Amino acid sequence: MLKIKNLTAGIDDKNILNNINLNINSGEFHVIMGTNGTGKSTLGHILAGKDNYNVHSGDIIYKDKSILDLSPDERAHEGIFMSFQYPVSIPGVNTMHFLRTAVNSIRKSKNLDEIEPGDFIKLFKEKLELIGLKSEFSKRSVNDGFSGGEKKRFEIIQMLLLNPDLIILDETDSGLDIDAIRIVSNGINAFRNKNKSFILITHYNRILNYLKPDFVHVMLNGTIVKSGGKELAVELEEKGYEWIK
Amino acid sequence: MSKSTKQQIEDITSSEYQYGFTTKIKEERIPNGLNEEIIKTISAIKNEPDWLLEWRLKAYNRWLKMSEPNWSNLKYPKIDFQDLCYYSAPKQKKKLNSLDEVDPELIKTYNKLGIPLNEQKMLSGVAVDAVFDSVSVATTFKETLKKAGVIFCSFSEAVQNHPDLIKKYLGTVVPISDNYYAALNSAVFSDGSFVYIPKGTKCPMELSTYFRINAANTGQFERTLIIADEGAYVSYLEGCTAPMRDENQLHAAVVELVTLDNAEIKYSTVQNWYPGDKDGKGGIYNFVTKRGLCKGYKSKISWTQIETGSALTWKYPSCVLKGDNSIGEFYSVALSNNFQQADTGTKMIHIGNNTKSTIISKGISAGNGQQTYRGEVKVMKNAINARNRSECDSILIGSKSGAHTFPYLDIRNASAKIEHEATTSKIGEEQLFYCNQRGIDTEDAIALIINGFCKSVFKKLPMEFAVEAQKLMEVSLEGSVG
Repeated sequence: MLKIKNLTAGIDDKNILNNINLNINSGEFHVIMGTNGTGKSTLGHILAGKDNYNVHSGDIIYKDKSILDLSPDERAHEGIFMSFQYPVSIPGVNTMHFLRTAVNSIRKSKNLDEIEPGDFIKLFKEKLELIGLKSEFSKRSVNDGFSGGEKKRFEIIQMLLLNPDLIILDETDSGLDIDAIRIVSNGINAFRNKNKSFILITHYNRILNYLKPDFVHVMLNGTIVKSGGKELAVELEEKGYEWIK
Repeated sequence: MSKSTKQQIEDITSSEYQYGFTTKIKEERIPNGLNEEIIKTISAIKNEPDWLLEWRLKAYNRWLKMSEPNWSNLKYPKIDFQDLCYYSAPKQKKKLNSLDEVDPELIKTYNKLGIPLNEQKMLSGVAVDAVFDSVSVATTFKETLKKAGVIFCSFSEAVQNHPDLIKKYLGTVVPISDNYYAALNSAVFSDGSFVYIPKGTKCPMELSTYFRINAANTGQFERTLIIADEGAYVSYLEGCTAPMRDENQLHAAVVELVTLDNAEIKYSTVQNWYPGDKDGKGGIYNFVTKRGLCKGYKSKISWTQIETGSALTWKYPSCVLKGDNSIGEFYSVALSNNFQQADTGTKMIHIGNNTKSTIISKGISAGNGQQTYRGEVKVMKNAINARNRSECDSILIGSKSGAHTFPYLDIRNASAKIEHEATTSKIGEEQLFYCNQRGIDTEDAIALIINGFCKSVFKKLPMEFAVEAQKLMEVSLEGSVG
């Protein structure tokens, strides 16, 4: 699914990521942990194609092709999705209208007809219920006045509706209470299958009680310093990041 | 990496004007220049009564003593008022009784503009008084309106047929000496629209006027007067476009609204004058004075404007809240793209007791566009319990555009409650990236974000025009849409 090869990248000439290598196969769930400012979120944004980052060397191969020349919307069309750590608000833009526009943009890129509005409303309400949001949510503006928890839930709803193949979850657990973590995790677990791959960026072990990862990587100073199974996360929790350094 | 978002925004926001065509039609025009003789000629062509000619000359003499205002945030070369033509009319052989007699070239122009002029459009309930250059050429739905007792005609016709109403109200809201451009308009105005809604009458349809400047080097000076008598209601829509020309054209209109007891006027404008090209060449200079007088108890005037055109916009639709419990509203979306400059806003003058005003202004600047909100809320000494709420938001697209906000508050009565909120934000790269990440391309994302930003104002427009306004915003911002 995804091969990150010797990736060195950052803003302007400054490197934030140093020689990252990572292979993710279909169906795998990877976790990237690390202290603040080690480049975890930067990696997520570079995978999604944010244009104020520069790739200095290395390559990102997704579904057997380099995606370095693809714009963020083209990457989304190819099935890359990022759940944002801080989802931005878009006042006046209705959640349902926004998501229908997004779904139709992706359908258009695949030469599919637009989804029937009636069908979409049904689908949207179904997902709202699954993630524990009231149907009035469909009348609000995108992330406008949402609580931290509502924002994260809305990210997961978008994931479910856009049906991507590679999902980057950037601190999806931060700002969520225990109940919300469980609901959001259930949503993610229901979405997991052998064709979907996940990268979860997190500081904490907590969410891993619900989402069983296949691999855990520890990032330090822009590079992956240790990889292992889920026991690595437990060990980190016990010993702290100092142990890695 | 991918083509930068910044570059895409620049491509998208430098789109071409969609309404730039000229109509080949014979005009009747008088020599360039401005003097008493010219004014007398205009008045004579229009067969005006003596009092009106005197009124014009008085305005002209006041204008001579005035100087062009320089307090706005607009930059433009000096206008040579002697080098303009003050009257140009499509040449007609005789007076027209029906649409069939209108020059087919004119009809074609209107069709290109998508103006609902023909009778079929009656179904959509829009009556149109079309002003082509200086003369109103066709008026539809007169019969239906006549039954309701509504007078809706060109200003010149009103001068001939309803001189008492004109004499009673002309210049009572915008006096001839009000400002430089209003004085100029009073001296040389050539035509416009007149509406009178009688007591207790709800106008049976939306009234609409489309203005279009066609002749080169012609200033268009139209004059609109709308009176809603006691308990009357009317919704009026004005739309404007002009052909593409290299030289700048001047437009200095005056609109006066009067509402008596319990009457309401809702005045909506979709202004799409030619904004000039991508390099800032050409375009309309739009200096407009619009003011409404809430004269009666519990009367209401509501201005809604969508300003996407003109090279320069100088415009402050205002409300004078004289009647007790009267209400003034101003809802505005103004967009400046490429080299457009807009200095626009409103004035709410609270004179009566328990008067209420609401201001919602949305400014959008793209390319090198400059956008200024200038608004004044004035509460007079004897106005008890005045209320005002103002909300002024600006959004910037790209790094070369600018937004400026000048709110003036002049509160002379302690019982007043005034709220003012203002925000300026850059169209977020974060917002764009968020939309992009969901598969929405930058062009669609900008349209989505801007429409969301303007939503609270679009909601105030009559339904069918809200859709039109939304499309116009997209056309004005994007190269490929439309």
